[in-house]
Amino acid sequence: MALEPNKQAPDFTLNSTPDQRLALRDFRGKLVILAFYPADWSPVCSDQMALYNEVLPEFRRLGAELLGISVDGVWCHLAFSKDRKLRFPLLADFEPKGEVARMYGAYRPGDGVSERALFVLDREGIIRWSYVSPVGINPGADGILEALEALQQGRP
Amino acid sequence: MSRLRPPLNSQDHLLGNPDARIGLVEYGDYQCPHCGRAYYMVNSLVDALGEDLLFAFRNFPMSQVHPHAFRAAQAAEAAGLQGSYWKMHNLLFENQQFLEDEDLFHYAELCRLDLGDFARDLDSEPVTARIRADFLSGARSGVNGTPTFFVDGERYEGSWELPGFLAYLTDRIQGSDLREPR
Repeated sequence: MALEPNKQAPDFTLNSTPDQRLALRDFRGKLVILAFYPADWSPVCSDQMALYNEVLPEFRRLGAELLGISVDGVWCHLAFSKDRKLRFPLLADFEPKGEVARMYGAYRPGDGVSERALFVLDREGIIRWSYVSPVGINPGADGILEALEALQQGRP
Repeated sequence: MSRLRPPLNSQDHLLGNPDARIGLVEYGDYQCPHCGRAYYMVNSLVDALGEDLLFAFRNFPMSQVHPHAFRAAQAAEAAGLQGSYWKMHNLLFENQQFLEDEDLFHYAELCRLDLGDFARDLDSEPVTARIRADFLSGARSGVNGTPTFFVDGERYEGSWELPGFLAYLTDRIQGSDLREPR
């Protein structure tokens, strides 16, 4: 089961490109959206990432950074990101495969991919909102926007 | 359940009967091929449902994948300022492959617009602000791709091929005889 609100988001360090690693703790002081998704190139994931790419300016206006995470490797991420002109990092939860997804309770062992799971973290790295979408359904951006707005306004 | 915010209202570009029993809102992108197909489907719905349908179109340009989408939306909104929104909307969807500025001005001529006003309005703040506001209202309402439809304020998850969508709306209209007016 996916980690629920009010828990500290487990820290991790993953490659975003072949020679760049990102650590979650580096984002302290910012709101963070973690978007776990099953696979680069799959139709639903492509639509979801394309949507977030368009909504990105609004996420940033609300003070949030977006990180996409799947079990795909860095070269796959690089090609996908370039093809779709994505303007946010994709992290490779590749080795050990799905380890970060497992920490967040968002791994699908039978399928070998992560859930389509969203987490919004506050400036201290506490999970404030999470949502696991049915794997075939693009959850849209409304839940994330609502969670970010609530955090901006200091609502619980 | 994703709900439409703001609801269908008089600020929308509206087609059909304002007192219709069904309110249908589409969030779409002029360069999106799926929206291009949906355009013909919506026209068939409008013809088939007549007085029972009120349709509104809101802009949801996916600018990173469709570089002409935002500009085309500007053309529709600018034409709207001269009372020719739907004429331009139709031309854009019927000529999706041709959305360069030169094409947009050609469509403006076909709509018999004042081209000076059109050129000025195209890049004006009210026009671009409206498109951005449409986009954000869509993102907040749970639009997850284009086209996304809302029927009486609720995101429609079913097939938007004509037979399925028409059957769904027809059932709703028949059901609405038993409900309060919208």
